[in-house]
Amino acid sequence: MTGAFERRLLVRDRGAAVLAKLWRIPWGFVLLLCLIAAVGYAALYSAGGGAPEPYAQKHAIRFGFGLVLMLAVALVDIRIIARLAWPAYAGGVALLALVLVHGTVGKGAQRWIDVGPLQLQPSELMKILLVAALAAWFRRASWERVGNPLFLVPPALAVAVPVALILKQPNLGTALITAAVGAAVFWAAGVRWWKFALGLGAVALAAPVAYHHLRDYQKARIQTFLDPESDPLGAGYNIIQSKIALGSGGMWGKGFLQGTQGHLNFLPEKQTDFIFTMLAEEFGLVGSLTVLGLMLLVVAFCHLVALRCRHQFGRLLAVGLGTNYFLYVFVNVAMVTGSIPVGGVPLPLISHGGSAMLTVMLGFGLLLSAWVHRDADLGPARE
Amino acid sequence: MSGSLRAPGLRWRRALPGHGLGGALGTSVRREEERRRGVFTRRALALGALQLGAFGFLGHRLWRLQVEQGERYATLAEENRISVRLIAPPRGRVLDRAGRIVAGNRLNWRALLVAEQAADVAATLDTFSRIVPLAEHERARIERELRRRRRFVPVVVREFLDWEEMARIELNAPDLPGISVDVGTTRIYPEGEHLAHVVGYVAPPSEADIGDDPLLELPGIRVGRAGIERHHDRVLRGQAGTVQLEVNAVGRVIRELDRREGAPGQDVQITIDAELQKAIRARIEEGTTAVLLDARNGEVLAMATKPSFDPNLFNAGVPAALWRRWTAARSTPLINKATNGLYAPGSTFKMAVALAALEARVCTPGERVHCPGHMDLGNTRFHCHKRGGHGGVDLRAALKYSCDVYFYEMARRLGIDRIAAMARRLGLGVDLEIELPGARRGLVPTRAWREAQGKPWSPGDTVVHGIGQGFYQLTPLALATYTARLATGRAVQPHLTRAIGGRPVRGSRPEDWPALGISERDLRLVREAMWAVVNEEGGTARLSRLPSWVGAQMAGKTGTTQVRRVTREQRERGFNVNQVPREWRPHALFVAFAPHDDPLFAVSVVVEHGTSGSAAAAPLARDILVEAFQRLRPPAGGAPPAAGGPRVAEAQPR
Repeated sequence: MTGAFERRLLVRDRGAAVLAKLWRIPWGFVLLLCLIAAVGYAALYSAGGGAPEPYAQKHAIRFGFGLVLMLAVALVDIRIIARLAWPAYAGGVALLALVLVHGTVGKGAQRWIDVGPLQLQPSELMKILLVAALAAWFRRASWERVGNPLFLVPPALAVAVPVALILKQPNLGTALITAAVGAAVFWAAGVRWWKFALGLGAVALAAPVAYHHLRDYQKARIQTFLDPESDPLGAGYNIIQSKIALGSGGMWGKGFLQGTQGHLNFLPEKQTDFIFTMLAEEFGLVGSLTVLGLMLLVVAFCHLVALRCRHQFGRLLAVGLGTNYFLYVFVNVAMVTGSIPVGGVPLPLISHGGSAMLTVMLGFGLLLSAWVHRDADLGPARE
Repeated sequence: MSGSLRAPGLRWRRALPGHGLGGALGTSVRREEERRRGVFTRRALALGALQLGAFGFLGHRLWRLQVEQGERYATLAEENRISVRLIAPPRGRVLDRAGRIVAGNRLNWRALLVAEQAADVAATLDTFSRIVPLAEHERARIERELRRRRRFVPVVVREFLDWEEMARIELNAPDLPGISVDVGTTRIYPEGEHLAHVVGYVAPPSEADIGDDPLLELPGIRVGRAGIERHHDRVLRGQAGTVQLEVNAVGRVIRELDRREGAPGQDVQITIDAELQKAIRARIEEGTTAVLLDARNGEVLAMATKPSFDPNLFNAGVPAALWRRWTAARSTPLINKATNGLYAPGSTFKMAVALAALEARVCTPGERVHCPGHMDLGNTRFHCHKRGGHGGVDLRAALKYSCDVYFYEMARRLGIDRIAAMARRLGLGVDLEIELPGARRGLVPTRAWREAQGKPWSPGDTVVHGIGQGFYQLTPLALATYTARLATGRAVQPHLTRAIGGRPVRGSRPEDWPALGISERDLRLVREAMWAVVNEEGGTARLSRLPSWVGAQMAGKTGTTQVRRVTREQRERGFNVNQVPREWRPHALFVAFAPHDDPLFAVSVVVEHGTSGSAAAAPLARDILVEAFQRLRPPAGGAPPAAGGPRVAEAQPR
């Protein structure tokens, strides 16, 4: 009988703990995400020709799922997450391998895998899993230990394997972003700066040699990737039209649903890669800077989480996830403004597409978990 | 508060790490943790600064694009969005003097292809030709035009679609991307070949034409290629309107933004009477040319020649075989012989010599010259057409009987240059500025002209030129003008334009034309002699006088010009013109005006190989004048009426 009472107490206790965690969730940040998603809804409403179908409605539903997923993950204890990081990483690598064998070919590369009704892009998921795995690896490493090159070999391999698999798809852009995210975690973990210099130098030396060994069609693909203007009717056309759309938006924009470049289909891929252009055309510099500002707040919050965390796992996780989100935004906006070659990177929470949305929300779930459990004890640093 | 709420299995640590571990180890762990945290903080801040900088870069980039270069990109966006298209104005009509349409427009259903709307042009054309067969040369033309025009400019695939073809195209529209059916206009010439040489025809513009007027890029547009259509092309063409359309990326029209109507082409009224023209053409045979002028103002009332061609055939493109037949034919159906046929005037030229002689006072009206049937100059003998000779003839008789010897003598006295000067004043061998592109001015030779060819001018040449033989090359139009000038004493110029856009053009009143400055006494003498040619016993055109019911008499002059030299041998054997092949026979000419005392009409007739001016040409001139009096005689002294005119005799026996 007492057992039953205690169990009831325990249940109440658990319920109280969940409530407490919910209380600790930074609702301001959740609101910020909702705001960005609302901007995305408006943009997709416009991209759909002034209708919720076919993009905006699905976007809202996906965001709803993403929100639930994020909050659920936020409540998971950060130590459980740290413990599951490596098994999850292994699962991610397996998915990447699977996509090479059974993936759907899209735009000349195998990137997608069908999971029920959802098309999953394992490379998106992989970035999150890699951040978690690296954070788990470095969570208890002391400054001295991080300085030991042998200690860095396993995490370096952990970066190299998925990067190689993504390159094999081939998807150079995502591979580079994945490597950059890994590098950010390495950096934050305290890997000596000269090792970065060494790594960059090695890559710079190896690149021409590797390029030499590529097949002709691969070279051509890289060339198009690096210089879209060489193909003005293909990839170059997209960039030119995107710049026209952006520039013609001016200071205040053409008005909601009034963008001519978008609505008259001069702008390609306006619901995915070029959604930011659509926004900038209709809302001008004011609108585009506002959206960038909201995203900057997200990145800033990631850093806040990192600085407030009392355990290295949470700090590294937050920096890695923040960098991942930052790279999404930066590469996408730099791409649509013609600053870097086209890369096929969506704008998270705004672009149409389920895979990126869910993985980004999963990442934010991990981030929130780090925030909620920022004072958890994951053990001291070890030599 | 979190400290008080503990979940089972989780320990909440508010204290620093290392808490609970005692002694030196705890201190070293704490120090290590501080160090690690310090490194992390610095590096995270560095990373954050980098990311902030990257955002700053993006912001700067957006500023550059959206504000600094915003205007430029706004222009580019407008250029993307707005497509300015031209609206073809309806081409002006050509009306005859009675207001009958001689060149009009009719609807033309046609299939157009816009290359940029077709995914695969060749496949679309293949499908199209299965629905409406396309000939090899049509296919070649379409592909040529597609290469030449910009991708959004529609190209005509097929014109003159009938209902069934249109229905088939519409039914198969989904399989024909880029193909659309629209209605344009095409030129129609109701009078067909009767006015082809005057009105001309239209054809698609050549690449050289397109340069100066964007209107000419429109599909199916036509430009005047000959005749009035060409001369008044700008007036008839009008000005293109523009319509600003909003188009999407594939060129589909979303909506119309602005429309500016062009100016439709203006109607041009010509001086020809189409019914009269048809009547005259019905009367003449192949190789014959007749020009009828209003003698008072030079309006061309009829300009008929046979054979001709059907200008309607140029709309759809003349089949190559027909074109070859037209250009190869000796009868030259494409050439307007009234303005481009060159003939020696023969005896019809004698009035010019007579006036020159009178004006130069190398003879008096009463002076008689003896005609023994020939004149000898050096050791050359020049024959009169009357072998026995005319005996003593004065100027009037010389014209009436067309005595050659009299005019040989006058020419000898005058010299070629004085003859040529008079001929030019009378409208021969000069540019008459007729509104027919390519019209020939002809040739009236002078000593200088001959010497420019490196040949001497011999006295014998002068003699021959006194009777209108030799180097002369004159058009029937020039001969009619010459006759009108003789009849009125004014330097009238032949013209075809009566009104443009409803406004009459200058030149319809006799006062618009200056006097020739030839003595009225001399002119009257010559006119009187011409009257005698037709109306007196012994005149060369006695049989062709106007029927009395017309109520007017004509004055005229016959001419017969050799196309081959008659050798002495032939002459001695008794040359019979009817025994030589037709193309060796002389041309027959006649010029006339009527009424002789108050000239209204001037006419010239040239019958190629007609043998005799009096037998072949004069009766034609008479019939033409009868026709003209019936249709156009003004009611008591006014201008010729627009149409018809009172018929003198309703039941006129032909």
